[in-house]
Amino acid sequence: MKLSNSIKALLVALPILAVAPNTFAAGAESLVLDSVHIDSRDTESLQRGAELFVTYCLSCHSAQYMRYERLANDLDISLEKLSQEMMFTTDKPGDLMIAAMPEEDAKEWFGVAPPDLTLVSRLRKNDWLYTYLRGFYLDEASPNGWNNSVFENAAMPHALYELQGSQTLVGHIEHGVEGAGDAQAEPQQGQKLVGDAIFELQKAGTLSPTEFDTAMRDLVNFLSYLAEPAQLQRRAIGPWVMGWLVILFVVSYLLKKEYWRDVH
Amino acid sequence: MGNFMEWLDRRFPATQVWNDHMAKYWTPKNFNFWYYFGVLSIVILVLQIVTGIFLTMHYKPDVTLAFASVEYIMRDVPWGWLIRYLHAIGASAFFVVIYLHMFRGLIYGSSREPRELVWLIGCVIYVALMAESFMGYLLPWGNMSYWGAQVIISLFDVIPYVGPALSEWIRGDFVVSDATLNRFFAFHVIAVPLILCVLVFLHIVALHKVGSLNPDGIEIKENKDKGGIPLDGIAFHPYYTVKDTVGVVVFFIIYLGVVFYWPEGGGVLLEKDNFTPANSLQTPPDIVPLWYFTPFYSILRASTADFLVVLGSLTAIAAIATPFIKTKRSNKIAAFVGYGVIAICLFIFDAKWWGVVMMAMAIVVMFLLPWLDKSPVKSIRYRSLPFKIAVTIFVLAFISLGYLGMHPVSALSTIQAQTCTVLYFAFFALMPFYTTWGKTKPVPERLT
Ligand code: HEC
Ligand code: HEM
Repeated sequence: MKLSNSIKALLVALPILAVAPNTFAAGAESLVLDSVHIDSRDTESLQRGAELFVTYCLSCHSAQYMRYERLANDLDISLEKLSQEMMFTTDKPGDLMIAAMPEEDAKEWFGVAPPDLTLVSRLRKNDWLYTYLRGFYLDEASPNGWNNSVFENAAMPHALYELQGSQTLVGHIEHGVEGAGDAQAEPQQGQKLVGDAIFELQKAGTLSPTEFDTAMRDLVNFLSYLAEPAQLQRRAIGPWVMGWLVILFVVSYLLKKEYWRDVH
Repeated sequence: MGNFMEWLDRRFPATQVWNDHMAKYWTPKNFNFWYYFGVLSIVILVLQIVTGIFLTMHYKPDVTLAFASVEYIMRDVPWGWLIRYLHAIGASAFFVVIYLHMFRGLIYGSSREPRELVWLIGCVIYVALMAESFMGYLLPWGNMSYWGAQVIISLFDVIPYVGPALSEWIRGDFVVSDATLNRFFAFHVIAVPLILCVLVFLHIVALHKVGSLNPDGIEIKENKDKGGIPLDGIAFHPYYTVKDTVGVVVFFIIYLGVVFYWPEGGGVLLEKDNFTPANSLQTPPDIVPLWYFTPFYSILRASTADFLVVLGSLTAIAAIATPFIKTKRSNKIAAFVGYGVIAICLFIFDAKWWGVVMMAMAIVVMFLLPWLDKSPVKSIRYRSLPFKIAVTIFVLAFISLGYLGMHPVSALSTIQAQTCTVLYFAFFALMPFYTTWGKTKPVPERLT
């Protein structure tokens, strides 16, 4: 029948019509990000990430909704280790993780106050963070000497310079966006691709490029935990809740069948 | 126990109410999938109230404290994260359930005589629910909360003369501020929930007066046995209490599955820009209302100057064509005047004004459904083809509008939204006609 064919055509056409503009829009403005595979069950990775965070980030950034004690409990860190190696601004484990640097000073030095990082993973998402943290490069034009490939003219200097060393931007790989003059097909030997940016290491840091990537994965894993500590509980309790519901389903279903036997 | 019930029944109609509304409330025996959503709505209403009470114990309605108090709930309050997720995701679940519940009314003709009041009360509940969640969404004081409220409240500005004063009155300030947060809190935790509970009660009272319809769209009360019990009726309790329990458990499997494993729902249930506090200097890249408002938001944005010219020309042509239609003279005059006035308004008022008017109309037309539907049969099972086609197009247009409303506009997507807007209104405007077209199937005497 003709009419039902036209219904089918409509069924197919409308959702496609609706989706189309986005596929166009997405290519035009979105950043190229590297995807990171993190695992909140990997406690050792979270511990390493936490250490990186308190050592290299907490000087400028706060995690003002997070308490040290919670972190120690969740990540199996002893209170001794916590107070000796991780708490620099306070001696009370129940305190919130506040930056060492007063906000006004930071604002004066960097032009912008370093934003709070507690929720940054939920705001920016992990792939963005992973690419951002690996995308710092030397840039003489910038006031602090650094620039970033996903956050242009970021006021943040390369906090992990010691670990990564310093790199320069060689160019970008082509991905269809209109004429980046520096476009090149792919990274050459000794160069590294981060997102769509190609970097060349100028001065090595204490970590090799692959070690540094792993360290950044740990750090992002930690930032993701930091944004939602409850995810550990969610995942721990989830299976029990679902299992219990399935049992309840079977019982209630059998009960319904029993009661409805005489309904025809 | 027996003595106690006797004592009680002499003073309070406990057994009577139980029998009238549960144990001897006769319900069609053929309820299907679509009939779970009423009970589920009540379940979620209770859930929202209970979780809401616990949130209120720790939440602080103050612009300097609100955001941090929500994070405090998420981290430091025992089980606070669960309560908060249940509540925030419960709001979305509520709308999923309500939309399915309303769709049932559409396809089985449940809104029609004698259930018009049940439908109308339902529509008011829907509006109240939108107000409830709109105001709730401001409370966490995230950046999307703030900008969403800013944008939506300023829509009132377009109302001639009183608009700006009205939106200022709603906010209690020139911009969304502490005064706004405080009053939204008051409305969200007590005023609107109270109204919702009363409305839900009235909804049920009206329903039980006439009894439920069913997927066959015929009245079970027309075939009773000698004792006056409908032949196709079964007691609500225990039959539907046990059956609904299964539905409730299945609902919880899905709902808690999302709460435990996918609380952000890909950024649709918890929007990422709400993980940073409200900032009046930093507009989020795209301001997107929550998904259940996006169909209407799309209709709002669909109103452009070009669109009005097209609509204005079409209605002008319709007005000019009326004298040639075969109908009574008075009908012709009414249609001519009606179309003429609309056409003139389309040319006088600007696109922003029409956007708001169309958005409001999109909700108002829902109230008219019982009177627009002229089909000789109620259930979609026996309806003619044109109705089935219309419903299919309507659902696709509504979903497309919702989808488009979640994304930034482009030239193409504006045309798509305009097309879908026309389809949306055409579904209602043409309903009196297409519901009488085509051949309906014979309706059975008894439930199948
Ligand atoms: C020397 C101070 C300083 C240190 C140390 C520092 N940052 Fe920053 N960071 C900043 C400043 C300043 C900004 C603001 C950049 C801007 O907005 O231009 C910033 C911005 C950021 C952002 C972007 C936030 C957003 O949403 O815009 C992230 C993510 C971030 N930092 C992560 C880190 C991490 C992880 C570390 C530790 C490895 C770290 N920072 C160490 C100063 C610092
Ligand atoms: C009846 C249906 C209800 C709906 C649809 C609803 C919806 C919402 C929504 C969408 C939010 C924002 C969610 C978020 O991002 O966290 C919210 C927050 C909130 N609601 Fe409700 N709500 C309802 C009932 C109630 C009731 C009855 C109360 C109190 C008695 C309540 C108390 C709160 C509080 C305190 C918050 C802020 C805390 C937070 O944001 O997590 N709600 N509600």
